[in-house]
Amino acid sequence: MAKAAESSGDPGTTSPRPLFAGLSDISISQDIPVEGEITIPMRSHIREFDSSTLNESVQNTIMRDLKAVGKKFMHVLYPRKSNTLLRDWDLWGPLILCVTLALMLQRSSIDSEKDGGPQFAEVFVIVWFGAVTITLNSKLLGGNISFFQSLCVLGYCILPLTVAMLVCRLVLLAEPGPINFMVRLFVVIVMFAWSIVASTAFLADSQPPNRKALAIYPVFLFYFVISWMILTFTPQ
Amino acid sequence: MDTNNSCGAERVDSHPMREFGDAATSAANPGTTTIHIEGPSESPTHQPGLPRGSGGEEDDELLGNDDSDKTELLAGQKKSSPFWTFEYYQTFFDVDTYQVFDRIKGSLLPIPGKNFVRLYIRSNPDLYGPFWICATLVFAIAISGNLSNFLIHLGEKTYHYVPEFRKVSIAATIIYAYAWLVPLALWGFLMWRNSKVMNIVSYSFLEIVCVYGYSLFIYIPTAVLWIIPQKAVRWILVMIALGISGSVLAMTFWPAVREDNRRIALATIGTIVLLHTLLSVGCLAYFFDAPEMDHLPTTTVAPNQTVATAK
Repeated sequence: MAKAAESSGDPGTTSPRPLFAGLSDISISQDIPVEGEITIPMRSHIREFDSSTLNESVQNTIMRDLKAVGKKFMHVLYPRKSNTLLRDWDLWGPLILCVTLALMLQRSSIDSEKDGGPQFAEVFVIVWFGAVTITLNSKLLGGNISFFQSLCVLGYCILPLTVAMLVCRLVLLAEPGPINFMVRLFVVIVMFAWSIVASTAFLADSQPPNRKALAIYPVFLFYFVISWMILTFTPQ
Repeated sequence: MDTNNSCGAERVDSHPMREFGDAATSAANPGTTTIHIEGPSESPTHQPGLPRGSGGEEDDELLGNDDSDKTELLAGQKKSSPFWTFEYYQTFFDVDTYQVFDRIKGSLLPIPGKNFVRLYIRSNPDLYGPFWICATLVFAIAISGNLSNFLIHLGEKTYHYVPEFRKVSIAATIIYAYAWLVPLALWGFLMWRNSKVMNIVSYSFLEIVCVYGYSLFIYIPTAVLWIIPQKAVRWILVMIALGISGSVLAMTFWPAVREDNRRIALATIGTIVLLHTLLSVGCLAYFFDAPEMDHLPTTTVAPNQTVATAK
């Protein structure tokens, strides 16, 4: 085989042989056994972490979770493109916000027979099933965000609208009139825009580039419906 | 060479016909090369290309003969995952933003002679459009109805504003039932007629759902404009919306029934348009209060006073 290679080349010119050219000529006559160990170095770290949180006081546990929720609230209020909200997702924040919103929005028992505002269960169902539907929609369109990460982002971005609900409730304590309505309208529009900007900042990157508008429109519809419910809230 | 010649000569003398047609002999002789000449493998769509005139083109586009082979092949290739996997449902959302916009544009501008399904859907029916157009329409009707009632009764002293949230669930039931049950009934009817009469064009269930979903898009701006409390304006809007979406539906389904008995074909198209009319008129009547001619506070107070004095 080596003779054939030499005879094919011109003896006068020195053409450099390409790298690994002779590899195809090598034949292995016997099998070479491969052996060794594969260890996962992270295992010992996780075990240490788990056992240490079992012995801490209840206050430590609660404060750690509350601090995580509070940090995410700050991320929503000042939306920057960061991955913290996506990486360590939790559903405590969305649950607190949804329950607060539903408690404030529910109609009183006086006009439960007539057509009034939504009940507590209706608000709860709209928020959670709306978030689940939007998450399914973005996953079906080909987004690479996990189910609970998306629920977490959508739930946390209700925070500006909950603040708007508190402000509207306070404004409604004053005398009713067109100025009252204008103030509420302005607050709700600003908070609605803030929610859209915050959720888009977190969710837009996970969608395929030619389907971003298709995935963002349901988020717009979702926050629009919640804003409508907040704006049309009339106390008895 | 001499041995080959003698062998070949022997074979020619003994079996004259077998040497040329027998593939086994060519396989038995490794030195020989065989040339296979295959028939033309072009699709049958290329053959009627020459005699296709202008009228034939319209017919083909309406009937979808030009890509019927391709559609069968594509349909067979696409839905290959079993229905319990997530990927099966992802095939129904395989649309880009510009495709959804094109389909919406096609439903707003029905061009006579162009079939919506063949032109825009092209064997890629999606569920994104129908689902989100229906969701938007539900909230558009409920919110516009609420706003319109508020503006109509604005001057009345006895009116207290209520958000009427229950109407959202009623609107959702009506719209989603219309967008899914009517296509189901129509698809069943077309399948039954297909078994009796050989129709060239047949639509799958998802394509019919797609057409109905996109044809409802015109009602979203119509519902917003129904806030204007003038009866004449509202009825003109109903006519315009019905004209556009009804013509999209009629032009889509006419090629599917025109091979059939004349009366049945006309009855089918008539039923489609009638159901569409019922939906729009029903929504206008239920969600939007009738605008009164004059709603000055004096006219509402006067009858109460006369009733009080009569008592």
